[in-house]
Amino acid sequence: MELQDKVIKLVSEATKMDAANISLNTSFVDDLNLDSLDMVELMMKMEDEFGVEIPEDETENLKSIGDIVTYLKAKSH
Amino acid sequence: MKLHRVAVTGMGAMCGLGNSLDEVWANALLGKSGVSTIERQNTEGWPVTFGGEIKNFKLSPELMDLKDQDRFDLFNQYALHCTDEALRHSKLLEANYAPEKIGIIFGTGLGGFPHIESNHKIFLEKGARRVSPFFIPSVIPNMPEGLVSIKWGFKGINFAIASACASSAHAIGIAATEIMLGRQDAMLTGGTEGVITGYTIAGFASMKALSKRNDEPHRASRPYDVDRDGFVMGEGAGILVLENYEKAQARGAKILAEVVGFGASSDANHITAPHPEGLGALVCMQQTLDMAGVKKEEVGYINAHGTSTPLGDAAETGAIKKVFGEHAYKLAVSSTKSMTGHLLGAAGGLESIFCIKALETGMLPPTINLENQDPACDLYYVPNKSEKRDIKYALNNSFGFGGTNSSTLFKKPE
Repeated sequence: MELQDKVIKLVSEATKMDAANISLNTSFVDDLNLDSLDMVELMMKMEDEFGVEIPEDETENLKSIGDIVTYLKAKSH
Repeated sequence: MKLHRVAVTGMGAMCGLGNSLDEVWANALLGKSGVSTIERQNTEGWPVTFGGEIKNFKLSPELMDLKDQDRFDLFNQYALHCTDEALRHSKLLEANYAPEKIGIIFGTGLGGFPHIESNHKIFLEKGARRVSPFFIPSVIPNMPEGLVSIKWGFKGINFAIASACASSAHAIGIAATEIMLGRQDAMLTGGTEGVITGYTIAGFASMKALSKRNDEPHRASRPYDVDRDGFVMGEGAGILVLENYEKAQARGAKILAEVVGFGASSDANHITAPHPEGLGALVCMQQTLDMAGVKKEEVGYINAHGTSTPLGDAAETGAIKKVFGEHAYKLAVSSTKSMTGHLLGAAGGLESIFCIKALETGMLPPTINLENQDPACDLYYVPNKSEKRDIKYALNNSFGFGGTNSSTLFKKPE
Protein backbone atom coordinates (compact mmCIF):
# COMPACT_ATOMS: atom_id res chain seq x y z
CA MET A 1 0.00 0.00 0.00
CA GLU A 2 1.23 3.48 -0.85
CA LEU A 3 2.11 5.76 2.07
CA GLN A 4 -0.70 8.09 1.05
CA ASP A 5 -3.25 5.27 1.17
CA LYS A 6 -1.97 4.13 4.56
CA VAL A 7 -2.36 7.63 5.99
CA ILE A 8 -5.86 7.98 4.56
CA LYS A 9 -6.85 4.57 5.95
CA LEU A 10 -5.58 5.51 9.41
CA VAL A 11 -7.33 8.88 9.39
CA SER A 12 -10.51 7.24 8.17
CA GLU A 13 -10.44 4.73 11.03
CA ALA A 14 -9.64 7.37 13.63
CA THR A 15 -12.30 9.84 12.53
CA LYS A 16 -14.89 7.32 11.28
CA MET A 17 -15.04 9.26 8.03
CA ASP A 18 -15.39 7.40 4.74
CA ALA A 19 -11.94 7.01 3.15
CA ALA A 20 -13.49 7.89 -0.22
CA ASN A 21 -14.03 11.41 1.06
CA ILE A 22 -10.45 11.89 2.21
CA SER A 23 -7.72 13.06 -0.18
CA LEU A 24 -4.35 14.83 -0.06
CA ASN A 25 -6.16 18.16 0.07
CA THR A 26 -8.34 17.25 3.06
CA SER A 27 -7.78 19.68 5.95
CA PHE A 28 -7.92 18.33 9.50
CA VAL A 29 -9.64 21.38 10.91
CA ASP A 30 -11.76 22.65 8.00
CA ASP A 31 -12.84 19.34 6.48
CA LEU A 32 -12.61 16.81 9.30
CA ASN A 33 -13.59 19.22 12.07
CA LEU A 34 -10.82 18.01 14.39
CA ASP A 35 -9.99 19.97 17.54
CA SER A 36 -6.67 20.13 19.38
CA LEU A 37 -7.36 16.95 21.40
CA ASP A 38 -8.35 15.08 18.24
CA MET A 39 -5.06 16.15 16.66
CA VAL A 40 -2.98 14.92 19.62
CA GLU A 41 -4.70 11.55 19.39
CA LEU A 42 -4.24 11.36 15.63
CA MET A 43 -0.53 12.17 15.86
CA MET A 44 -0.10 9.40 18.45
CA LYS A 45 -1.66 6.98 15.99
CA MET A 46 0.64 8.23 13.22
CA GLU A 47 3.66 7.71 15.45
CA ASP A 48 2.58 4.18 16.31
CA GLU A 49 1.74 3.26 12.73
CA PHE A 50 4.85 4.68 11.05
CA GLY A 51 7.38 4.26 13.85
CA VAL A 52 8.40 7.89 13.95
CA GLU A 53 8.39 10.57 16.59
CA ILE A 54 6.56 13.74 15.61
CA PRO A 55 7.67 16.55 17.95
CA GLU A 56 4.88 18.75 19.25
CA ASP A 57 6.14 21.95 17.61
CA GLU A 58 6.15 20.24 14.22
CA THR A 59 2.54 19.02 14.42
CA GLU A 60 1.38 22.63 14.21
CA ASN A 61 2.49 22.74 10.58
CA LEU A 62 0.64 19.55 9.64
CA LYS A 63 -2.70 20.89 8.51
CA SER A 64 -3.73 18.43 5.80
CA ILE A 65 -3.31 14.83 4.72
CA GLY A 66 -0.82 16.07 2.12
CA ASP A 67 1.26 17.77 4.83
CA ILE A 68 1.46 14.51 6.77
CA VAL A 69 2.41 12.46 3.72
CA THR A 70 5.15 14.94 2.78
CA TYR A 71 6.38 15.02 6.38
CA LEU A 72 6.52 11.23 6.69
CA LYS A 73 8.32 10.87 3.34
CA ALA A 74 10.94 13.39 4.46
CA LYS A 75 11.38 11.55 7.77
CA SER A 76 11.94 8.22 6.04
CA HIS A 77 14.87 9.52 4.00
CA MET B 1 -39.38 31.74 51.14
CA LYS B 2 -41.97 29.67 49.32
CA LEU B 3 -40.95 26.09 48.73
CA HIS B 4 -42.03 24.52 45.46
CA ARG B 5 -43.31 20.97 45.08
CA VAL B 6 -41.29 18.55 42.95
CA ALA B 7 -42.72 16.17 40.35
CA VAL B 8 -41.09 13.23 38.62
CA THR B 9 -42.12 13.36 34.96
CA GLY B 10 -39.73 11.04 33.15
CA MET B 11 -37.42 8.10 33.71
CA GLY B 12 -34.76 6.14 31.84
CA ALA B 13 -33.14 2.93 33.06
CA MET B 14 -30.63 0.29 32.05
CA CYS B 15 -28.88 -2.52 33.94
CA GLY B 16 -28.34 -6.27 33.59
CA LEU B 17 -32.13 -6.69 33.34
CA GLY B 18 -32.37 -4.69 30.12
CA ASN B 19 -31.49 -1.55 28.27
CA SER B 20 -34.78 0.36 28.57
CA LEU B 21 -37.17 1.28 31.36
CA ASP B 22 -39.93 -1.03 30.10
CA GLU B 23 -37.60 -3.99 29.70
CA VAL B 24 -35.98 -3.48 33.11
CA TRP B 25 -39.32 -3.16 34.87
CA ALA B 26 -40.94 -6.11 33.09
CA ASN B 27 -38.02 -8.37 33.97
CA ALA B 28 -37.96 -7.11 37.56
CA LEU B 29 -41.63 -8.02 37.98
CA LEU B 30 -40.90 -11.46 36.53
CA GLY B 31 -38.21 -11.91 39.18
CA LYS B 32 -35.50 -12.50 36.61
CA SER B 33 -31.82 -12.32 37.42
CA GLY B 34 -29.76 -9.78 35.49
CA VAL B 35 -26.55 -11.30 36.84
CA SER B 36 -24.40 -13.41 34.53
CA THR B 37 -20.88 -14.42 33.60
CA ILE B 38 -18.88 -11.42 32.39
CA GLU B 39 -18.46 -11.46 28.60
CA ARG B 40 -17.01 -8.04 27.82
CA GLN B 41 -13.49 -8.85 28.99
CA ASN B 42 -11.32 -11.90 29.47
CA THR B 43 -11.76 -12.69 33.16
CA GLU B 44 -8.90 -15.15 33.48
CA GLY B 45 -7.28 -14.74 36.88
CA TRP B 46 -10.09 -12.60 38.27
CA PRO B 47 -11.34 -13.64 41.73
CA VAL B 48 -14.92 -12.98 40.62
CA THR B 49 -16.01 -13.59 37.03
CA PHE B 50 -19.65 -12.48 37.04
CA GLY B 51 -21.73 -9.38 37.55
CA GLY B 52 -24.87 -7.55 36.52
CA GLU B 53 -23.28 -6.91 33.16
CA ILE B 54 -25.16 -5.04 30.44
CA LYS B 55 -25.35 -7.08 27.24
CA ASN B 56 -25.99 -5.99 23.65
CA PHE B 57 -25.63 -2.29 24.23
CA LYS B 58 -24.64 0.09 21.47
CA LEU B 59 -25.16 3.78 22.05
CA SER B 60 -27.02 5.53 19.26
CA PRO B 61 -24.65 7.60 17.07
CA GLU B 62 -27.26 10.36 17.40
CA LEU B 63 -26.27 10.66 21.05
CA MET B 64 -22.51 10.32 20.63
CA ASP B 65 -20.64 10.03 17.37
CA LEU B 66 -18.72 6.85 16.71
CA LYS B 67 -15.25 8.24 17.24
CA ASP B 68 -16.25 9.58 20.64
CA GLN B 69 -17.73 6.20 21.56
CA ASP B 70 -14.19 4.79 21.41
CA ARG B 71 -13.05 7.53 23.78
CA PHE B 72 -15.66 8.02 26.48
CA ASP B 73 -15.89 5.54 29.29
CA LEU B 74 -19.06 3.52 29.75
CA PHE B 75 -20.64 5.53 32.54
CA ASN B 76 -20.80 8.51 30.18
CA GLN B 77 -22.55 6.44 27.53
CA TYR B 78 -25.05 4.93 29.96
CA ALA B 79 -25.94 8.43 31.19
CA LEU B 80 -26.60 9.69 27.66
CA HIS B 81 -28.69 6.64 26.77
CA CYS B 82 -30.91 6.90 29.86
CA THR B 83 -31.14 10.70 29.74
CA ASP B 84 -32.45 10.42 26.20
CA GLU B 85 -35.08 7.91 27.33
CA ALA B 86 -36.09 10.05 30.33
CA LEU B 87 -36.37 13.18 28.16
CA ARG B 88 -38.60 11.39 25.67
CA HIS B 89 -40.71 9.96 28.49
CA SER B 90 -41.19 13.40 30.10
CA LYS B 91 -41.51 15.33 26.84
CA LEU B 92 -39.38 17.93 28.62
CA LEU B 93 -37.99 19.25 25.35
CA GLU B 94 -41.50 20.41 24.44
CA ALA B 95 -41.69 22.53 27.60
CA ASN B 96 -40.84 26.22 27.52
CA TYR B 97 -38.30 26.40 30.34
CA ALA B 98 -35.35 28.73 29.90
CA PRO B 99 -32.17 26.69 29.29
CA GLU B 100 -30.68 28.33 32.42
CA LYS B 101 -33.52 26.81 34.47
CA ILE B 102 -32.74 23.22 33.50
CA GLY B 103 -29.90 21.66 35.51
CA ILE B 104 -28.11 18.34 35.85
CA ILE B 105 -26.87 16.57 38.97
CA PHE B 106 -25.98 12.90 38.63
CA GLY B 107 -24.27 10.59 41.09
CA THR B 108 -21.40 8.31 40.30
CA GLY B 109 -19.38 6.33 42.81
CA LEU B 110 -16.18 5.62 40.91
CA GLY B 111 -16.23 7.36 37.52
CA GLY B 112 -14.11 6.04 34.67
CA PHE B 113 -12.27 3.11 36.23
CA PRO B 114 -12.08 1.05 33.00
CA HIS B 115 -10.24 3.83 31.19
CA ILE B 116 -8.04 4.56 34.21
CA GLU B 117 -7.02 0.91 34.09
CA SER B 118 -6.40 0.82 30.34
CA ASN B 119 -4.50 4.12 30.24
CA HIS B 120 -2.36 3.08 33.18
CA LYS B 121 -1.38 -0.03 31.25
CA ILE B 122 -0.42 2.13 28.25
CA PHE B 123 1.52 4.49 30.54
CA LEU B 124 3.56 1.59 31.94
CA GLU B 125 4.08 -0.26 28.68
CA LYS B 126 4.42 2.51 26.09
CA GLY B 127 5.25 5.59 28.14
CA ALA B 128 3.71 8.92 29.01
CA ARG B 129 3.50 10.14 25.40
CA ARG B 130 0.92 7.47 24.57
CA VAL B 131 -1.60 8.35 27.28
CA SER B 132 -4.74 9.49 25.46
CA PRO B 133 -5.66 13.19 25.45
CA PHE B 134 -9.18 11.96 26.10
CA PHE B 135 -8.15 10.02 29.21
CA ILE B 136 -8.97 12.79 31.71
CA PRO B 137 -12.19 14.02 30.03
CA SER B 138 -13.33 10.40 29.74
CA VAL B 139 -12.94 9.48 33.40
CA ILE B 140 -13.77 12.55 35.49
CA PRO B 141 -16.97 11.92 37.43
CA ASN B 142 -18.81 15.00 36.15
CA MET B 143 -18.34 14.41 32.43
CA PRO B 144 -21.79 12.77 32.00
CA GLU B 145 -23.34 16.06 33.13
CA GLY B 146 -21.06 17.94 30.72
CA LEU B 147 -22.04 15.72 27.80
CA VAL B 148 -25.76 15.98 28.58
CA SER B 149 -25.51 19.74 28.90
CA ILE B 150 -23.69 20.03 25.55
CA LYS B 151 -26.00 17.58 23.76
CA TRP B 152 -29.28 19.22 24.79
CA GLY B 153 -28.17 22.77 25.58
CA PHE B 154 -29.17 22.77 29.25
CA LYS B 155 -27.46 25.70 30.96
CA GLY B 156 -28.47 25.42 34.61
CA ILE B 157 -26.59 23.92 37.55
CA ASN B 158 -24.20 21.15 36.53
CA PHE B 159 -22.12 18.89 38.78
CA ALA B 160 -21.61 15.35 40.03
CA ILE B 161 -22.08 13.93 43.47
CA ALA B 162 -19.71 11.27 44.76
CA SER B 163 -20.79 9.51 47.93
CA ALA B 164 -19.97 5.94 46.89
CA CYS B 165 -23.11 3.79 46.76
CA ALA B 166 -25.30 6.63 48.02
CA SER B 167 -24.25 8.97 45.20
CA SER B 168 -27.34 8.99 43.06
CA ALA B 169 -29.73 9.04 46.02
CA HIS B 170 -27.94 12.16 47.25
CA ALA B 171 -28.09 13.53 43.71
CA ILE B 172 -31.87 13.15 43.58
CA GLY B 173 -32.24 14.80 46.99
CA ILE B 174 -30.06 17.77 46.06
CA ALA B 175 -31.67 18.09 42.61
CA ALA B 176 -35.12 18.13 44.23
CA THR B 177 -33.89 20.81 46.63
CA GLU B 178 -32.84 23.00 43.67
CA ILE B 179 -36.43 22.87 42.43
CA MET B 180 -37.95 23.34 45.88
CA LEU B 181 -35.90 26.53 46.27
CA GLY B 182 -37.07 27.75 42.84
CA ARG B 183 -33.54 27.97 41.49
CA GLN B 184 -34.27 25.48 38.71
CA ASP B 185 -37.52 24.56 36.94
CA ALA B 186 -36.36 21.13 35.82
CA MET B 187 -33.51 18.80 36.73
CA LEU B 188 -31.96 15.74 35.16
CA THR B 189 -30.82 13.56 38.04
CA GLY B 190 -30.16 10.00 39.17
CA GLY B 191 -26.88 8.26 38.50
CA THR B 192 -24.63 6.22 36.29
CA GLU B 193 -21.90 3.65 36.84
CA GLY B 194 -19.92 1.33 34.57
CA VAL B 195 -16.94 -0.17 36.36
CA ILE B 196 -17.14 -3.91 35.74
CA THR B 197 -13.46 -4.41 35.05
CA GLY B 198 -10.66 -6.50 36.54
CA TYR B 199 -9.14 -3.64 38.47
CA THR B 200 -12.36 -2.72 40.29
CA ILE B 201 -13.36 -6.30 40.95
CA ALA B 202 -9.90 -7.01 42.39
CA GLY B 203 -10.29 -4.07 44.77
CA PHE B 204 -13.71 -5.06 46.03
CA ALA B 205 -12.71 -8.74 46.20
CA SER B 206 -9.69 -7.88 48.37
CA MET B 207 -12.11 -6.25 50.79
CA LYS B 208 -14.04 -9.56 50.88
CA ALA B 209 -17.06 -7.52 49.85
CA LEU B 210 -18.05 -9.56 46.77
CA SER B 211 -19.93 -12.82 46.42
CA LYS B 212 -17.67 -15.52 44.98
CA ARG B 213 -20.42 -17.75 43.66
CA ASN B 214 -18.72 -17.95 40.24
CA ASP B 215 -20.46 -21.20 39.30
CA GLU B 216 -23.98 -19.84 39.93
CA PRO B 217 -24.02 -16.12 39.07
CA HIS B 218 -27.81 -15.83 38.97
CA ARG B 219 -28.06 -17.13 42.53
CA ALA B 220 -25.22 -15.01 43.94
CA SER B 221 -27.12 -11.86 44.92
CA ARG B 222 -29.36 -13.11 47.74
CA PRO B 223 -30.17 -10.39 50.29
CA TYR B 224 -31.60 -11.60 53.63
CA ASP B 225 -30.82 -15.25 52.79
CA VAL B 226 -28.67 -17.15 55.30
CA ASP B 227 -26.27 -18.14 52.49
CA ARG B 228 -25.54 -14.60 51.25
CA ASP B 229 -21.81 -14.06 50.89
CA GLY B 230 -21.34 -10.53 49.60
CA PHE B 231 -22.61 -8.17 46.94
CA VAL B 232 -22.60 -8.63 43.18
CA MET B 233 -21.26 -5.79 41.09
CA GLY B 234 -23.80 -4.38 38.68
CA GLU B 235 -23.69 -1.51 36.23
CA GLY B 236 -26.02 0.82 34.41
CA ALA B 237 -27.93 4.01 35.03
CA GLY B 238 -31.20 5.32 36.35
CA ILE B 239 -32.04 8.86 35.25
CA LEU B 240 -35.06 10.90 36.33
CA VAL B 241 -36.57 14.15 35.12
CA LEU B 242 -37.71 16.28 38.04
CA GLU B 243 -39.85 19.36 37.50
CA ASN B 244 -41.49 22.14 39.41
CA TYR B 245 -44.81 20.44 40.16
CA GLU B 246 -47.08 23.35 39.26
CA LYS B 247 -45.21 24.10 36.06
CA ALA B 248 -45.29 20.45 35.07
CA GLN B 249 -49.05 20.39 35.67
CA ALA B 250 -49.49 23.61 33.71
CA ARG B 251 -47.75 22.19 30.66
CA GLY B 252 -49.85 19.03 30.87
CA ALA B 253 -46.99 16.69 31.77
CA LYS B 254 -47.88 13.29 33.16
CA ILE B 255 -46.81 13.31 36.81
CA LEU B 256 -45.41 9.94 37.81
CA ALA B 257 -44.67 10.74 41.45
CA GLU B 258 -43.83 13.55 43.82
CA VAL B 259 -40.53 13.81 45.71
CA VAL B 260 -41.66 14.69 49.21
CA GLY B 261 -38.74 13.89 51.50
CA PHE B 262 -34.99 13.58 51.55
CA GLY B 263 -32.66 12.69 54.38
CA ALA B 264 -28.90 12.40 54.66
CA SER B 265 -26.66 11.39 57.54
CA SER B 266 -23.32 9.94 58.61
CA ASP B 267 -22.49 6.85 60.63
CA ALA B 268 -19.29 8.38 62.07
CA ASN B 269 -18.21 4.82 62.74
CA HIS B 270 -16.13 2.93 60.15
CA ILE B 271 -14.73 3.46 56.65
CA THR B 272 -16.65 0.57 55.07
CA ALA B 273 -18.69 -1.39 57.63
CA PRO B 274 -22.23 -0.26 58.37
CA HIS B 275 -23.00 0.89 61.89
CA PRO B 276 -23.92 -2.39 63.64
CA GLU B 277 -27.24 -0.97 64.83
CA GLY B 278 -27.84 1.04 61.65
CA LEU B 279 -27.86 4.30 63.58
CA GLY B 280 -26.96 6.49 60.59
CA ALA B 281 -29.60 4.77 58.49
CA LEU B 282 -32.16 5.29 61.22
CA VAL B 283 -31.43 9.03 61.37
CA CYS B 284 -31.76 9.56 57.64
CA MET B 285 -35.01 7.57 57.32
CA GLN B 286 -36.50 9.55 60.23
CA GLN B 287 -35.33 12.88 58.72
CA THR B 288 -36.98 11.93 55.44
CA LEU B 289 -40.35 11.21 57.07
CA ASP B 290 -40.09 14.41 59.13
CA MET B 291 -39.34 16.56 56.10
CA ALA B 292 -42.33 15.09 54.28
CA GLY B 293 -44.59 15.33 57.33
CA VAL B 294 -45.65 11.76 56.62
CA LYS B 295 -46.67 9.31 59.34
CA LYS B 296 -44.64 6.12 59.33
CA GLU B 297 -47.83 4.06 58.94
CA GLU B 298 -48.40 5.66 55.53
CA VAL B 299 -45.23 4.18 54.02
CA GLY B 300 -46.15 1.03 52.12
CA TYR B 301 -42.88 -0.01 50.50
CA ILE B 302 -39.16 0.35 51.09
CA ASN B 303 -36.66 -0.36 48.34
CA ALA B 304 -33.84 -1.30 50.68
CA HIS B 305 -30.15 -0.79 50.21
CA GLY B 306 -29.97 -4.58 50.83
CA THR B 307 -26.66 -5.40 49.13
CA SER B 308 -26.54 -9.08 50.15
CA THR B 309 -23.67 -8.62 52.60
CA PRO B 310 -23.99 -10.41 55.95
CA LEU B 311 -23.59 -7.24 58.06
CA GLY B 312 -25.36 -4.66 55.91
CA ASP B 313 -28.70 -6.43 55.44
CA ALA B 314 -29.08 -7.10 59.16
CA ALA B 315 -28.08 -3.56 60.19
CA GLU B 316 -30.55 -1.96 57.75
CA THR B 317 -33.30 -4.31 58.91
CA GLY B 318 -32.61 -3.25 62.50
CA ALA B 319 -32.78 0.42 61.54
CA ILE B 320 -36.11 -0.06 59.70
CA LYS B 321 -37.56 -1.74 62.80
CA LYS B 322 -36.40 1.13 65.03
CA VAL B 323 -37.90 3.78 62.74
CA PHE B 324 -41.17 2.03 61.88
CA GLY B 325 -41.86 0.00 65.05
CA GLU B 326 -44.71 -2.48 64.61
CA HIS B 327 -45.45 -1.05 61.17
CA ALA B 328 -42.08 -2.44 60.00
CA TYR B 329 -43.77 -5.85 59.86
CA LYS B 330 -46.74 -4.59 57.84
CA LEU B 331 -44.96 -2.68 55.13
CA ALA B 332 -43.14 -4.46 52.32
CA VAL B 333 -39.37 -4.27 51.91
CA SER B 334 -37.49 -5.60 48.91
CA SER B 335 -33.97 -5.53 47.58
CA THR B 336 -33.98 -5.33 43.80
CA LYS B 337 -30.19 -5.77 43.96
CA SER B 338 -31.07 -9.47 44.12
CA MET B 339 -31.86 -9.09 40.39
CA THR B 340 -29.71 -6.20 39.19
CA GLY B 341 -26.62 -6.60 41.33
CA HIS B 342 -25.29 -3.50 43.01
CA LEU B 343 -25.07 -0.51 40.66
CA LEU B 344 -22.88 1.33 43.21
CA GLY B 345 -23.20 5.04 42.49
CA ALA B 346 -26.17 4.44 40.17
CA ALA B 347 -28.09 2.26 42.64
CA GLY B 348 -30.17 5.07 44.14
CA GLY B 349 -31.24 6.26 40.70
CA LEU B 350 -32.39 2.87 39.49
CA GLU B 351 -33.99 1.95 42.81
CA SER B 352 -35.86 5.26 43.03
CA ILE B 353 -37.26 4.35 39.62
CA PHE B 354 -38.39 1.00 41.04
CA CYS B 355 -40.13 2.88 43.88
CA ILE B 356 -41.91 5.14 41.40
CA LYS B 357 -42.97 2.23 39.16
CA ALA B 358 -44.30 0.49 42.27
CA LEU B 359 -46.41 3.57 43.11
CA GLU B 360 -47.57 3.88 39.51
CA THR B 361 -48.47 0.25 38.86
CA GLY B 362 -49.35 -1.09 42.32
CA MET B 363 -46.84 -3.90 41.76
CA LEU B 364 -43.89 -4.49 44.09
CA PRO B 365 -40.68 -5.97 42.66
CA PRO B 366 -39.41 -9.00 44.60
CA THR B 367 -36.27 -10.01 46.44
CA ILE B 368 -35.17 -13.10 44.51
CA ASN B 369 -32.98 -15.97 45.75
CA LEU B 370 -34.58 -15.68 49.17
CA GLU B 371 -34.70 -19.39 50.01
CA ASN B 372 -33.75 -19.59 53.68
CA GLN B 373 -34.47 -16.30 55.38
CA ASP B 374 -31.89 -15.20 57.94
CA PRO B 375 -33.54 -14.94 61.39
CA ALA B 376 -31.65 -11.66 61.86
CA CYS B 377 -33.61 -10.32 58.88
CA ASP B 378 -37.21 -10.87 59.92
CA LEU B 379 -39.23 -8.41 57.84
CA TYR B 380 -41.41 -9.13 54.82
CA TYR B 381 -39.10 -8.88 51.81
CA VAL B 382 -41.51 -9.76 48.94
CA PRO B 383 -39.75 -13.11 48.49
CA ASN B 384 -39.12 -14.35 44.95
CA LYS B 385 -42.40 -13.20 43.34
CA SER B 386 -43.66 -9.72 42.62
CA GLU B 387 -46.78 -8.75 44.47
CA LYS B 388 -49.80 -6.55 43.86
CA ARG B 389 -50.16 -3.98 46.60
CA ASP B 390 -51.48 -0.45 46.32
CA ILE B 391 -49.20 1.92 48.13
CA LYS B 392 -49.20 5.65 48.66
CA TYR B 393 -45.61 6.29 49.72
CA ALA B 394 -42.39 4.47 48.78
CA LEU B 395 -39.03 5.01 50.45
CA ASN B 396 -35.61 4.39 48.90
CA ASN B 397 -32.53 3.76 51.03
CA SER B 398 -28.94 4.08 49.75
CA PHE B 399 -25.83 3.85 51.89
CA GLY B 400 -22.18 4.25 50.96
CA PHE B 401 -18.61 3.58 52.07
CA GLY B 402 -17.39 6.37 54.26
CA GLY B 403 -20.45 5.84 56.42
CA THR B 404 -22.76 8.01 54.34
CA ASN B 405 -26.54 7.46 54.15
CA SER B 406 -29.40 8.82 52.10
CA SER B 407 -33.14 8.19 51.94
CA THR B 408 -35.73 9.59 49.57
CA LEU B 409 -39.52 9.44 49.85
CA PHE B 410 -41.80 9.36 46.82
CA LYS B 411 -45.56 9.93 46.84
CA LYS B 412 -48.12 8.62 44.40
CA PRO B 413 -49.76 11.57 42.65
CA GLU B 414 -53.36 12.29 43.72
